[in-house]
Amino acid sequence: MTPAPVATDTAQGARPEAVGRVHSIETAGMLDGPGIRQVIFLSGCPLRCLYCHNPDTAGMNNGELRRADDLLAGLARRKPFLRSGGLTVSGGEPLVQPGFLKTLLTGAKALGLHTAVDTSGHLGARVDDELLALTDLWLLDIKSFDPATYKRVTGVELAPTLAFAQRLAARNRPLWIRFVLVPGLTDEVANIEGLAGFVAGLGPAVERVEVLPFHKLGEPKWAASGLAYKLAATQPPTPEATESARRIFRAHGLKVF
Amino acid sequence: MPTLNAPSSASTSASASSAWRTFEPGIWAERIDVRDFIQRNYRAYEDDESFLNEPTARTLALWGEIRELLAREHTSPGGMLDLDTAVISGICSHPPGYIDRANEVVVGLQTDAPLKRAFMPFGGFRMAAAAVESAGRTVDPQTAAIFKHRKTHNEGVFDAYTPEMRLCRSVGIITGLPDAYGRGRIIGDYRRVALYGLTRLIADKKQQLEHAIGTGMTETLIREREELSEQIRALGELRSMGASYGFELGRPAANATEAVQWTYFAYLAAVKEQNGAAMSIGRIATFLDIYIERDLAEGVLTESGAQELIDHLVLKLRLVRFARTPEYNELFSGDPTWVTESLGGMGVDGRTLVTKSSFRFLQTLHNLGAAPEPNLTVLWSERLPRGFKEFCSRTSIETSSLQYENDDLMRSYLGDDYAIACCVSAMRIGKQMQFFGARANLGKTLLYAINGGIDEVQKIQVAPPSAAIRGDVLDFAEVKAAFERMMGWLAGQYVGALNVIHYMHDKYCYERLQLALHDREVLRTLACGIAGLSVAADALSAMKYARVHVIRDASGLAVDYRVEGDFPKFGNDDDRVDSLARWCVETFMAKLRQQPTYRESVVTQSVLTITSNVVYGKKTGHTPDGRRAGEPFAPGANPMHGRDSCGAVASMASVASLPFRDAQDGISYTFSIVPGALGRDALDRVDNLAGLLDGYFASGGHHINVNVFDRATLEAAMAQPEKYPQLTVRVSGYAVNFVKLTRDQQLDVISRTFHGSK
Repeated sequence: MTPAPVATDTAQGARPEAVGRVHSIETAGMLDGPGIRQVIFLSGCPLRCLYCHNPDTAGMNNGELRRADDLLAGLARRKPFLRSGGLTVSGGEPLVQPGFLKTLLTGAKALGLHTAVDTSGHLGARVDDELLALTDLWLLDIKSFDPATYKRVTGVELAPTLAFAQRLAARNRPLWIRFVLVPGLTDEVANIEGLAGFVAGLGPAVERVEVLPFHKLGEPKWAASGLAYKLAATQPPTPEATESARRIFRAHGLKVF
Repeated sequence: MPTLNAPSSASTSASASSAWRTFEPGIWAERIDVRDFIQRNYRAYEDDESFLNEPTARTLALWGEIRELLAREHTSPGGMLDLDTAVISGICSHPPGYIDRANEVVVGLQTDAPLKRAFMPFGGFRMAAAAVESAGRTVDPQTAAIFKHRKTHNEGVFDAYTPEMRLCRSVGIITGLPDAYGRGRIIGDYRRVALYGLTRLIADKKQQLEHAIGTGMTETLIREREELSEQIRALGELRSMGASYGFELGRPAANATEAVQWTYFAYLAAVKEQNGAAMSIGRIATFLDIYIERDLAEGVLTESGAQELIDHLVLKLRLVRFARTPEYNELFSGDPTWVTESLGGMGVDGRTLVTKSSFRFLQTLHNLGAAPEPNLTVLWSERLPRGFKEFCSRTSIETSSLQYENDDLMRSYLGDDYAIACCVSAMRIGKQMQFFGARANLGKTLLYAINGGIDEVQKIQVAPPSAAIRGDVLDFAEVKAAFERMMGWLAGQYVGALNVIHYMHDKYCYERLQLALHDREVLRTLACGIAGLSVAADALSAMKYARVHVIRDASGLAVDYRVEGDFPKFGNDDDRVDSLARWCVETFMAKLRQQPTYRESVVTQSVLTITSNVVYGKKTGHTPDGRRAGEPFAPGANPMHGRDSCGAVASMASVASLPFRDAQDGISYTFSIVPGALGRDALDRVDNLAGLLDGYFASGGHHINVNVFDRATLEAAMAQPEKYPQLTVRVSGYAVNFVKLTRDQQLDVISRTFHGSK
């Protein structure tokens, strides 16, 4: 397949917003970027991933209106915990609210904190130079390399995500690639091989790859939201299957977790 | 048996000059001053754990035998392998006891056999007899007859308690008072016996007695002279006990093996004489390290031998036992003894006090597996060497057996030779002691404020009648003012009861050996405490930020509450409610400070429940925060189970905001996290846990228990306890074998917030 052309860095810049929709906050996130992190989950997501473990973040109207300065005051109070960590903005899809994202990242940088954004990359075109400069690390979820599978898993096209990955790589912005291994959905060897080759081709910007085994901890939230959970019959991958997926990435010279 | 002769200064200096052969001299050689000795002679260690050794064959053989004994103990009646029913325990009450003499590098048992519990009746004969009966035995009639003539602490207390104090006790607004058992929480400076030898220490005490002469024989002077005489007698008995094992404790320890043995004997004498609620050993690792370093340098000890010494000392400390009653176990579950050893910390001169032996003590958890005792306590400083921080963190992740306390905070109050008594109480070693005071129930106090002093469970007037809160919705300001007045009443009853208790304990159950290992002038604190802090804070928050409707019984008594709307909850780094928690701590402390105290003791308080949060909850009705009657309180200063919903750091930040200056006896926080939530791999997890500790303490946190496991492990251990004999869980301020907890306590631990679980 041919990835979409690399977008320019002169994407339309969003104006900073003081207020945004926040789903929740995890103050001791140790899995979303280096060290101990404040993870702010923003509401709203254009994807409808079958395995989403926070389906209640998808709707733009879910979550609470919060002021960025309140959130940043909390970060300042908890700064002693964040010396090797920082702020991760996740979602939902944080790029649904680029202006609010900008305000949060600007505030975190002013506090001297490391910043990360956890994104599907689908709205990568909304990232302007300012957002690029404010983000120390991108956690980019590539949910499948096969476009048809990607569409089945997420309901949207793959191309914008790959284009965003290439743009970040071209600008040498630090990047962690995440891939969720779902048995019977994303676990075909050709799919994983293809993704591994693409990621390896991104070059030194990619610091690590995280292969995350599918889990069903989100299932009760689907029921609570009145939604049908289509992966009810799918089981988490075996540790061996997860390990062999990781081996494929490692064989391409990538650092894999 | 050696007789107690006046010391010959010639022989003292001769033995000292050989025992102290390479030590840097200083004030410590002239006066009793262990800290000065340590400061001049220890060698800080700033590297990692790679030098450590595995257990020797001898250690493994001995540990194998002990494990069998422990398994038999667990299935014995009352959880006690054996107990003495006739001999009243004292320093010299039993002949030497051994486990396996050929394999024991360190010797000495509380009685003549391992895990055989001693009979210790001076705290209270009835309690001691009840403990014997709970093992299906009876006290020897001749021994029992003695206590028709000999009064104990417990009887003295009840002679002096007022009816109101008794009532406070029976309704459970004050619980766990040491009025029927040994108060504990006193740390003898056991190192003195190794450094100076008993001849010197006895001479020093005799000199103090000589100087204890005033212009008139006041009560204070009479008491001091009697106490010093008792102390001298106890030191003499310690020397006899050493002799019975074949050691001459009159002279200073001359090498590492002797230093460990002498220090342990001094501690052993204390636990033969006192069934204290907590019997800490102090801060011995860096002291002992000086002897180990010298032996290593002189080529008479190897690293393997050094580890063996510490492993064997720790094995002995794992065997300390007291006969206790089922009621006691319900309050302080899991047979704890709080043999607390404080490790690490920084010196006031900026050097770390971490030595290789600090590592060796932690290594015992890897060599011998997880264990609740000794209660290993790391004095954490941001400036601790990185290698030590990482080893602590890894040990926590693998064993859940450590607690941590804020050295940077405590050093500014107490210098750099303090240790932790029991769970969280810091005191200068050999210079300070505390009168242990258990805790008062703040949750119930709030209900008394609402109901004008009537107990909501027993429906009787306990506090003097005051205006009850009328109306269907609780008015925050009105309740808060009534709460404050009720705290004032409670503080008076509470400190009054403690004054009675400690007067009688000094009179009938004086800790003569432990106080013999103190300076003549001792600073005494009166350590009060509170339980139910997060219940009270959340209840006030509900009144202020939501609407709390009152549900009354036919007599008009408020018996239940219905909360309408949401409100900020303690444990989410939300100052709207955290400030209310601080107000509770500061206000009750202010009320306590107004009370006259026994023996000019300085009043302090802790926010610590041990495991009594379960019993307190049982005795307390519905509370306005939405907690149901009978449900456990959160332990210590913890947020209520499941209400800290923003993650561990927010929870820690709330607890860290509580003011240590108004809770100088300690603020306990128990933290549980699933391993996977700490990071993607082992290295990340070690770094992140160390980062959490740095952050918590830099934010002003005082104490933290760290548990790293998941709920499923605990559930499996409940189902098949025999498969998890060593599963160790940190509860409030101490660690226990999970399988030894009562069922209620196990369920309480399982219901706590597990950070990182979905």
